Amino acid sequence: MADNKFAGYICAGCGIGETLDVDQLQKIAQKEGKMQVVRRHDLLCGAEGVQMIRDDIAAEGVTHLMIAACSRRSKTEAFRFPEVAVSRANLREGVIWVVAQGAEHDEVRQEMADDYVRMGCAEVKKMKVPAGNPDRASNKRILVVGGGVSGLTAALEAAETGYEAIVVEKEAELGGWAAKLHRRVPDHAPYAQPQPTGMPELIAKVKEHPLIRVHTSSTLAETSGAPGRFTAKIARESGAVTEETVGAIIQASGFSTYDVTKLPELGGGGPNVVDQAGLEALARAADGGPIKRADGREVGSVVFVQCAGQRDPTGTHLSYCSGHCCATSIKQAMYFKDANPGVDTVVVYSDLRVPGMGEDFYRSAQDKGVLFTKGSVSRVDASESGCKVQVRDLILDEDATIDADLVVLATGQVPNSGVDVDLPDEDPVKEQQISILNLNYRQGKDIPQLRHGFTDSHFICFPYETRRTGIYAAGPVRRPMDIAQATDDATGAALKAIQAVENAEMGRAAHPRSGDLSYPIVRLEGCTQCKRCTVECPFGAIDEDEKRFPVFNESRCRRCGTCMGACPVRVISFENYSVDTVGNQLKAVDMPDEFSEKPRILLLACENDAYPALDMAGMSRTVYSAFVRVIPVRCLGSVNTIWITDALNSGYDGVMMMGCKHGDDYQCHFVKGSELAHYRMSKIDDTLTTLGLETERVATYEVAITDSQRVAKLINDYAAQINEIGMSPMKGFA
Amino acid sequence: MVTEASTVNAAADANNAAVARYRNDFLKEVEDRVEEGHWVKMCMQCGVCAGSCPFGPHWEHSPQKIFMMIRAGKRTEVLMSDSMFMCTSCYNCMVRCPRKLPITHIMHGLANYAHRLGLAPKNQPTREFATMFWHNLARTGRINELKLTLAVYFKDGFVSGIKTAMTMQGIGLGLLKAKRLNPMEIVGGHKLKDLKGFHAIIAKASEIEDRKKGFTRN
Repeated sequence: MADNKFAGYICAGCGIGETLDVDQLQKIAQKEGKMQVVRRHDLLCGAEGVQMIRDDIAAEGVTHLMIAACSRRSKTEAFRFPEVAVSRANLREGVIWVVAQGAEHDEVRQEMADDYVRMGCAEVKKMKVPAGNPDRASNKRILVVGGGVSGLTAALEAAETGYEAIVVEKEAELGGWAAKLHRRVPDHAPYAQPQPTGMPELIAKVKEHPLIRVHTSSTLAETSGAPGRFTAKIARESGAVTEETVGAIIQASGFSTYDVTKLPELGGGGPNVVDQAGLEALARAADGGPIKRADGREVGSVVFVQCAGQRDPTGTHLSYCSGHCCATSIKQAMYFKDANPGVDTVVVYSDLRVPGMGEDFYRSAQDKGVLFTKGSVSRVDASESGCKVQVRDLILDEDATIDADLVVLATGQVPNSGVDVDLPDEDPVKEQQISILNLNYRQGKDIPQLRHGFTDSHFICFPYETRRTGIYAAGPVRRPMDIAQATDDATGAALKAIQAVENAEMGRAAHPRSGDLSYPIVRLEGCTQCKRCTVECPFGAIDEDEKRFPVFNESRCRRCGTCMGACPVRVISFENYSVDTVGNQLKAVDMPDEFSEKPRILLLACENDAYPALDMAGMSRTVYSAFVRVIPVRCLGSVNTIWITDALNSGYDGVMMMGCKHGDDYQCHFVKGSELAHYRMSKIDDTLTTLGLETERVATYEVAITDSQRVAKLINDYAAQINEIGMSPMKGFA
Repeated sequence: MVTEASTVNAAADANNAAVARYRNDFLKEVEDRVEEGHWVKMCMQCGVCAGSCPFGPHWEHSPQKIFMMIRAGKRTEVLMSDSMFMCTSCYNCMVRCPRKLPITHIMHGLANYAHRLGLAPKNQPTREFATMFWHNLARTGRINELKLTLAVYFKDGFVSGIKTAMTMQGIGLGLLKAKRLNPMEIVGGHKLKDLKGFHAIIAKASEIEDRKKGFTRN
């Protein structure tokens, strides 16, 4: 501590100087906050203000800064001093912009600002400059699992960017489904005509690229390690095993087609009924000529049944839409029309869904004379001579029978996502699943799955991220998609993989705290081997050694602090974020007595969504209660129950927690953090009751980044509720 | 354009052809022989036309349904429908169609085609009036309003004709007073100078159209 020098800077700009008593804030920073240097500046984020701080660091040897100005989310470039520890007291978005105007509010407003300065000083005392993950590894090779259009694109994109890539494909040939197509849906204007797949060219490019190595007829026998130092054992069909070290992994294991024999009512498995893959084979055999059935007869009439075994509300078949099948049927109907305009082609759909520029393609098919009819097919009677399709025409509202030489069932995509790690080991379904990655993680062999068995990924916010750091999912394994989308997806995943290996080399975190140098430090002598951290880590970053102590794989860690929140003995911390940095802040607040009519509400807000929402409330000058004291947390999952107990013991009248939406449609940046926090807090009621406190004194909320108006309302409603319950009886004991 | 004589044989042939369901046959026939019929396949069944039609509830089939019926091969039902004759040519559907189909024109084309094949509903007032209008016009090259009015009044017989004339007499006298109705039109009436030339033009136009729409055999 001898070398530490603490300095507090208070900005008087943006109206802070006019609204608040800055002299008093300075005094507090000096006397209560014990800052050795305290300075005020009228425009701290300006060149002059920043230079003043730099000079203090250089000349005075300042090692710890408390900057009382705007939100920690503002002016991040100006206030970036990576060589020292920095805490921020939010006087602008957190105080002057959200406390009601007028002299009658001066007192509470000033109290709020005073507290934030105290909290900032208290926090920085416990902070250290993070040194970066010592467990650095610099392998930058990228392993791509799957040699279809997604995998090949990912490998090529990575290689073109200058990174070595290894492709592992279980089939003997590269190309996957895309290479088995006759033509593909067009990806460029005028979107009118099926176009060559481009697969032979892509395969050739991959094979010829000096930075890409290809293993065909191979699978992964075992994968271990972490970003920058994965070890993959690649097993050939022959049994030979090659070991490769790689920095990141892209899983592009694609999809299988839904088994048509599960659709006997639609003629699945019967004669003259094929799925879309089957029709591609017939079209390839015809190669532009008239398409012939298996029995050699030219097809004169064909019916396409959309959503076959898809969007099934009964739960028997796939419940989702695979997205590509409408455009695929349009393309396949064109195969017939282009070879012979006299062929009758009917597409029976319930909702024609053609994403992207598909509408132009649909129009082109109509122009070629493909018949489209909105209807539902109840059954297909397949025979050697031909098929009878029973259809309810939903426009004409009547039943009809269509005779067809051939019926094509548009079945859906089933992801090849390996073992469902969330199933219990004894589950017979799990026993039959074949792992893709064969991870030797304690959390299971594959990436966790989300809805419908697709691999974990957040559809909107961070599509390629999985819960296994350094392993990215791309293509139809993470959601149903077509070639164009898979190509985009693979490119995105390749860039994420590159980012991961670069961060791993520098000892920094990957998404969403990309670039964070802090990492979890565990004091093993205090550990009770309870395994909560290893079980609860959403990212499988923590394994166990033979004595059942946690083994942290720092480069797999996303720095959410869920382990820190889970630890009952509080032995896990980060250099700049720990049980103490937050605990010290909440204890630094000046607690008015029971009769002051000034309650204090602690608000632990997730820094990803809730804290920005609070900042935005400030930007729109939405007023909320001045009794609230906000502390941003990395994730609600990092909230250790000791903070709640400490807060209640120090006399807070209520504790609010705001985290992201959880569940299947989660918005939690750490996937499980918010869910775990809600679960943990659901258990806190007993503790409150034993303390003789009302259960309402602790409340958790799901908040989205767009909820800037709602957060203010939640705070005000909660303040009103606390007012009704009355002040906490615990004041004055701490 | 309505001419009957040349159409009868061809119409009978077309009427007798069996049309299988959801085959291209009838759609093809409409494309070849109905004005703007090649647009029918482009309908995407959104139903905006059906919702836009001010006469919507009074038709047997909305344009959306008519187009689907054509594609479903329901030849007789389409050609015997009264829907096309109920169109008031307000052009609402055509303005709103997201696929830019000339719906009003297609409806007129279908009406005309059904009429020529002799399948259009009998005693359909629009169809009857259109026929009278054409005959009136084709004879002299000018509309003889008096004769046309009387023809409409007496279309259902003498007694109902007199009744209608009595009800309308106020208007008739008013037109007479305002010199908007010339009673002398009843004899001959005004006409084009070169009637022979006009008839030749009409005959040639019919011939061209018949050939284009497949109503002649050569």
